[in-house]
Amino acid sequence: MSIQKREKNLNFFEKLYIPEIMKGMALTLKSMFRPNVTLQYPEARFEPSSSYRGRPVLVQDNNGVERCVACGLCARVCPALAIEVQASETELEKERYPVKFEINMLRCIFCGFCEEVCPEEAIVMSKDYELVFKKRDDAIFGKDKLLVPVENLKERIEFLRAFK
Amino acid sequence: MPTLTVDGIQIEFNQGQTIIEAARAAGIEIPHFCWHPSLSVSGNCRVCLVEIEKMPKLAISCSTYASDGMVVHTKSEKTLQARNAVMEFILINHPLDCPICDEAGECKLQDYAYKHGKGESRFEEMKVRKEKRVQLGPYIKFDGDRCIMCSRCIRFSDEIAKKNQLTFVKRGDKVTVSTFPGESFDNPYTLNTTDICPVGALTNQDFRFKSRVWEMSNTNSVCTGCSRGCSTEIWVRNNEILRLTPRFNQKVNSYWMCDNGRLNTFKHVNAQNRIDGAYIRKEGQLQKVEWEEALKVAVKSLREYKNSEIAFIGSPFATCEDNYALLKFARSLGVSNIDFMNHILPGDQDEILIREDKTPNSLGAELIGLKNSSNGSSLDGIMKSVKEGKIKALFVMEDDIVSANQEYEKIFSKLELLIVNSSNQNETANLADIVFSASTFAEKNGTFVNFQGILQRIRPAVATEEMDRALDGMEMSRWDKFGTDYDRWLKGKKYDAKPSWKIFTMLSAYMEGKLKYDMAEDVFSDIAKSVENFKGLDYDSIGLEGVELKNIKSEARLAGVKNI
Ligand code: SF4
Ligand code: SF4
Ligand code: SF4
Ligand code: SF4
Repeated sequence: MSIQKREKNLNFFEKLYIPEIMKGMALTLKSMFRPNVTLQYPEARFEPSSSYRGRPVLVQDNNGVERCVACGLCARVCPALAIEVQASETELEKERYPVKFEINMLRCIFCGFCEEVCPEEAIVMSKDYELVFKKRDDAIFGKDKLLVPVENLKERIEFLRAFK
Repeated sequence: MPTLTVDGIQIEFNQGQTIIEAARAAGIEIPHFCWHPSLSVSGNCRVCLVEIEKMPKLAISCSTYASDGMVVHTKSEKTLQARNAVMEFILINHPLDCPICDEAGECKLQDYAYKHGKGESRFEEMKVRKEKRVQLGPYIKFDGDRCIMCSRCIRFSDEIAKKNQLTFVKRGDKVTVSTFPGESFDNPYTLNTTDICPVGALTNQDFRFKSRVWEMSNTNSVCTGCSRGCSTEIWVRNNEILRLTPRFNQKVNSYWMCDNGRLNTFKHVNAQNRIDGAYIRKEGQLQKVEWEEALKVAVKSLREYKNSEIAFIGSPFATCEDNYALLKFARSLGVSNIDFMNHILPGDQDEILIREDKTPNSLGAELIGLKNSSNGSSLDGIMKSVKEGKIKALFVMEDDIVSANQEYEKIFSKLELLIVNSSNQNETANLADIVFSASTFAEKNGTFVNFQGILQRIRPAVATEEMDRALDGMEMSRWDKFGTDYDRWLKGKKYDAKPSWKIFTMLSAYMEGKLKYDMAEDVFSDIAKSVENFKGLDYDSIGLEGVELKNIKSEARLAGVKNI
């Protein structure tokens, strides 16, 4: 076994350990009088700022229709292959819509690439960070879970318009 | 040979070639929208402008003939400037439609805008809007906004399909494509315009919005719609065929295929009525059993008959390999009553591609020896013997001969044993005592011989239960490469089917075991050893465009390809 060289040789006082322990205790003592930052989750909840990247959601316009045109760019750019989009034809002016839009939340890595690539401002990162599932299948979110009315996403959309 | 210089490279050309043709032959691609190697020159898109020394102005390379000593620049400052200007001009009225446009990913305009465009427009006025979603013909939707007026579709219709059905109407910035009044764009070749349209103006109704092109894998194959055997590509996502497109093959189909071949030759692969596994008739009903049981029962039943009481029907829909295995298996039983049925639709043929023989491999089956004079009875003879009770056991491979000839249904009731290899339920399979599910053309390796005697390969594009895309060297899309068992987008149905040559090999294993093949390629090398016309060939030498078989005495060879 080779003996590794220490980066720094300890001097006599350091070898005693007592002074170092005192230093640590001093820090503990100081912290006891600092303001409390721990949240009593789930009774108290963390409210993220608009720059936060929670789970991606689909924007539902005021007419109740999703903005998404099923172009598939988010699915293509997603580095984790979390998104699956199946397009179909609609009578609406946008011609094309997603009959199926699924995000596998076990695959999603919350990178926000989908939001960045979307040409329609149709998929944005929400503030929702509570993702708990009992089964693998529960982690696949369809349109029912993904669609969120545009009013609830105003903050994020404004943030994107300002900084994207 | 005269030479010209393109971008400093000296290239030879044939007198009469245009600059774009000469450059292309030498591997230099000059951007173009309206020019197409198989169509007349129209020269309207202007994107192929090049600088030619000693010429006062830039010239379009698609209609300027190459001449000896010419010096052409395709990447000079002047050329690039002109190209940018043309791109900007074309894009003035082009909608920002890529997200909803089916062409995205294989769009010439998109590619060129990316490669040769400036990336921004100085145009601030309203774009001219035109009609969208126009139903031009039974299979095609037209989007006026996206059309860049290259006239390829019009020229195709006139020059290749020989039906003058499309034209430009209106003028200036209002110009658009339309059918002649009262006409529908309905010739047998219309969907080729969706391939050659450089933008997403013409879309295939059958494929529209089904998938992004980058989500599919594409496998080189051959159309099974008629004995032309057009070279094709099979586009697959989630183990399902979504479309077929023609693949360039100068000797067979050039750049084209017919609408019938494109739309109607693949739907059965993922159809509801696919047969999954092996079946035996028990108490009057076909019931699913293990392969092993069905194979054993088949072997046992066949053994109960004298070889003169058995007949085999091969198939012009099946590959050379399948037919050869059938022949060898039949011979190993001492059976000589072997034939196959032709499927000719008299008169349904033209001077372009479509042939009246509606099968991809009748010549192949013939060359293999299924219609050999040394065989016993022919199809009619076999059926007569069945009727008279002389032939009691029949093996039918991959051909629904009962639907093709309604008289057979009654004749078949005389049979004591009917074994059928079939991919889908059909009238023949429904009458069978034993059914083996056969792989379709899209699920196996094999070869077809078209009417000209050109041998081409088909490759598996859809996986059956026993196959694995990666291990079997199949084409893979990004989804296929990175998917896992937990991903829903990788759960496409895999059928429990086997290629017919394999079914015969397995049957043979329960008998004397004369057939010993592991792969379709093994069957082929056996064919190459024993069939004169195939001598010296192997899968590698067939290549992408196929090879002409030796010593084919068919009028077809002479009829060959017209200039299409
Ligand atoms: S990128 Fe946007 S518009 Fe395109 S499929 Fe994704 S969410 Fe829909
Ligand atoms: S034709 Fe091409 S450039 Fe135009 S919208 Fe379609 S994909 Fe985009
Ligand atoms: S529809 Fe397509 S092929 Fe026809 S003129 Fe327009 S751009 Fe060209
Ligand atoms: S001409 Fe024949 S082989 Fe070619 S696409 Fe049509 S049906 Fe298929």
